[in-house]
Amino acid sequence: MMNPPLSHYLLLSALLFSIGFAGAVARRGAILVLIGIELMLNAANLNFIAFWRFGANPQALTGVMFVLFSIAIAAAEVAVGLALVIAIYRQRKTTRLDAMDSLKG
Amino acid sequence: MLNEISFYLLAALTVACAVAAMALRRLVHCALCAAAAFAGLALIYLQLDAEFVGFAQLLVYVGAIAILIVFAVLLTRGEEAAPGGRQSSPSWISGVGIAVLLLAGLLLPILASPSLQHGAPPAPVPSVKRIGEELMTRYVLPLEMVGVLLTAALLGAVVIALREPSDGNLPGNSPAQQRAKTGEAMNL
Amino acid sequence: MNALDQIFVSTLHRLAGFAPASARPLVSMLLIIAGLMALFGTCFALATILERKTLGRMQNRYGPNRVGPFGLFQPIADGVKMLIKEDIVPFSADQALHFLAPLVLTVPVWLAFAVLPFGRNMSAIELDSGILFFFAIGSASELAVFMAGWSSQNKYSLLGAMRAIAQMISYEVPLVLASVPALIAAGSLSLPAIVQAQSGFALGWVPRWNVFTPWGLAGFALFLIAATAESNRCPFDLPEGESELIAGYLTEYSGFKYALFFLGEYLGLFAVTGLAVTLFLGGWQAPAPWLQWLPTWGWFALKFSALIFLFIWARATLPRLRLDQLLHFAWKFLVPLALINLVVAVAWCKSGLWQFPAALEIRWLLGAGVLAASYVGLGRSWKGGYPERRQYNYAQ
Repeated sequence: MMNPPLSHYLLLSALLFSIGFAGAVARRGAILVLIGIELMLNAANLNFIAFWRFGANPQALTGVMFVLFSIAIAAAEVAVGLALVIAIYRQRKTTRLDAMDSLKG
Repeated sequence: MLNEISFYLLAALTVACAVAAMALRRLVHCALCAAAAFAGLALIYLQLDAEFVGFAQLLVYVGAIAILIVFAVLLTRGEEAAPGGRQSSPSWISGVGIAVLLLAGLLLPILASPSLQHGAPPAPVPSVKRIGEELMTRYVLPLEMVGVLLTAALLGAVVIALREPSDGNLPGNSPAQQRAKTGEAMNL
Repeated sequence: MNALDQIFVSTLHRLAGFAPASARPLVSMLLIIAGLMALFGTCFALATILERKTLGRMQNRYGPNRVGPFGLFQPIADGVKMLIKEDIVPFSADQALHFLAPLVLTVPVWLAFAVLPFGRNMSAIELDSGILFFFAIGSASELAVFMAGWSSQNKYSLLGAMRAIAQMISYEVPLVLASVPALIAAGSLSLPAIVQAQSGFALGWVPRWNVFTPWGLAGFALFLIAATAESNRCPFDLPEGESELIAGYLTEYSGFKYALFFLGEYLGLFAVTGLAVTLFLGGWQAPAPWLQWLPTWGWFALKFSALIFLFIWARATLPRLRLDQLLHFAWKFLVPLALINLVVAVAWCKSGLWQFPAALEIRWLLGAGVLAASYVGLGRSWKGGYPERRQYNYAQ
């Protein structure tokens, strides 16, 4: 059962990372920026799993552990981020990032 | 053979869904395409023999985070209904340009190093028992800290998104009471 | 009777033997898929008619009895009606999502049957983390409910979808927490291993099923309640209550798509019932050594039917819960009880090493006592289940 070489997985991960980055920088809705950040996190997780699989010591399970904790922390981050977006929406009635340019509550 | 075909198919699907998630007009479509991209990544983890992580990714990302994003889209409605509003920020060209530069910067080392071109050694599939043992012996401190972090995040999210009673717009009040409360707040 | 027990496995081997050796795993997997789809499709048809007849009998009337003997061909009539109905899609609906929602609901639910052990050596895939696969697949079908509700561009559908999703994610937590003690007792996440851990007979005649322990009994009850809520069945069927929200997120669906939603809901119920049988009722084990002449898949089918009858009975008997009562019930009663159940289960497993006489009685008393005290305490602290009465001022 031949796997593709490691570089293909890393290419996919780099592609996903840059797509997520492009979205996070170019879109102006706060929720879309959050989705972009999640895509970047997922790309990094893919990197970890690929290196774990192709690496020297898969028995140590380091990559798998890292990704498990990363998934848990990403969940916490999305929850708090979206709570913030909802709270700001209640004040400003918009989620556009360029409308949140004053410190007055 | 089957491994390679499945990887390339899944990779194409994931990239397509990711591009759609970042480029579509309607927010709900973006959120659902992002969920599909997460699912595609979970299948790639399965293809890489990381069984537990693949199912955990499905459970957490598709089953919880995607639903959270969708709920947030629903609770902040009206964004895509803005007529004539541009979906991208004014400087989106430079953003995409920087992303392309980033991609080039990541690709150059990957394509240039020969040690990344060889195939996979036959890796053993990690049993859940091993993952549990590792979590309880070597990674017990991160495990406890992630527990504390998740509790803090849960409480924090609830507190941030809580409707304050001073808002006056509780669902139990009649419109007259709501007007009275807002009138008081505005000193009319 | 080992031959009858393994009849499906040996038939599969013989049929797959006709294929060339390289394609044999693929052919056997396709045969298993075809068999499971045929079996559970028939189960779905039978369940619809049996549910209506049982509900009718419990409500002191006959169920459908015109089509065929005792009305048993009613599902065929229903199927033909659903297929020839006009497929109306609202003009302002989101066409792509409206079309995809029934598919996204039904496909993951079929996948959940792949890990259930229907008999000895009879689970389609033997995964090391089988139960995690099951719960992951279950949570993937919640997005389909949202897609259905939102794509119809209809206030009632959207409200119904949001209520349904809130209910499903709230009851996922007690479902998973109630199944964790069974995993602890078995020491594995693989479903055939969980069934194996419940083999044998204590005291010579009591089977070692998980339901015959204090934490198993409480866990079984919790699991069944959470399973009823996960499948949107009465008494938790507010999302599709006809008197509240027309049909909730299913309002704008007609014909074959409605049939697919119906199929998805019933299949979800079957999958979670199969899991309950595996986790708590000993899977395919016979309840007594002298009853082992019935094949293992026969015992699975018997326990499965008993649980389905229990669900139908609950639907006929209990009134519907309101949404806030539902959510209070999940978060303020079921989740603490499930956590206490987990602690009791760990204490039971640890104290299994006690050797002095009357150890079993003491363990039972301690476990059952803690669970009963927490049940009563949590129930009392909940003010009878009703939140504060709100002051409605209509005329000012």
